[in-house]
Amino acid sequence: MKEINKMKLEFPSNSVNERFARSAVAGFISQLDPTLEEVGDIKTLVSEAVTNCIVHAYPNEIGRILLKVSIYEKNLVEIIVRDYGKGIEDIEKAREPMFTTGGDERSGMGFTIMESFTDSLKVKSTPGKGTTVSMKVKLSQRVRLR
Amino acid sequence: MKAVFTYDNNRLTIALSGELDHHGARDIMDKIMNKIDDTLPRDCHIDMGKVSFMDSSGIAIVLKAYKKVNAIGGRLWVENVQKQPMHVFDAAGIDRIIGISATV
Repeated sequence: MKEINKMKLEFPSNSVNERFARSAVAGFISQLDPTLEEVGDIKTLVSEAVTNCIVHAYPNEIGRILLKVSIYEKNLVEIIVRDYGKGIEDIEKAREPMFTTGGDERSGMGFTIMESFTDSLKVKSTPGKGTTVSMKVKLSQRVRLR
Repeated sequence: MKAVFTYDNNRLTIALSGELDHHGARDIMDKIMNKIDDTLPRDCHIDMGKVSFMDSSGIAIVLKAYKKVNAIGGRLWVENVQKQPMHVFDAAGIDRIIGISATV
């Protein structure tokens, strides 16, 4: 797969950065001329993944969040969200609908929505070291990139 | 994220506006719960006409409000939902529990 363009951002896990993160990714993928629905889906994915870092990876501290986006041939977009926080003990459990360790302020639907809005979702985690979420979305090809 | 409340004749309307994410939800979750406690409405509408973005944090708010209203024997529904928030509700299957209608 040929990489056409990429970007990388790092920011602290302040909740005010959720909006910044999804807006930055929406801006970056605008070069693919996505539909409004596609932009909405991508913003949702970024918001879910970044919120997971803020709520679960760094529950009692502010830590680093790394966000990488790559654009490949045929309008394939890969979004990687990485943290260096607590890690997930049981990934299968975390991905179950309605499961949350975040109390009643969280719905437990984050991973369900991420699975529904992506073509592929991979989660790698090491307790005590951090978590990497990799999401791939294929956008419609309305225009061809030069 | 803003919440404007109107109460009249046992009916509480909660009009939300802005972007409903985890950051925004933290601001309004308590206000919504307190308002339901204060008014004990028979009908509770959540008007999402001005919510331009929502993630799963919005689902948590709607579910929590629904449980509270349900516990006092009231009814709750969500209306005027724009496309992006509706896609999130649909992916979570929330319409099986709570009445949700799209913006017209």
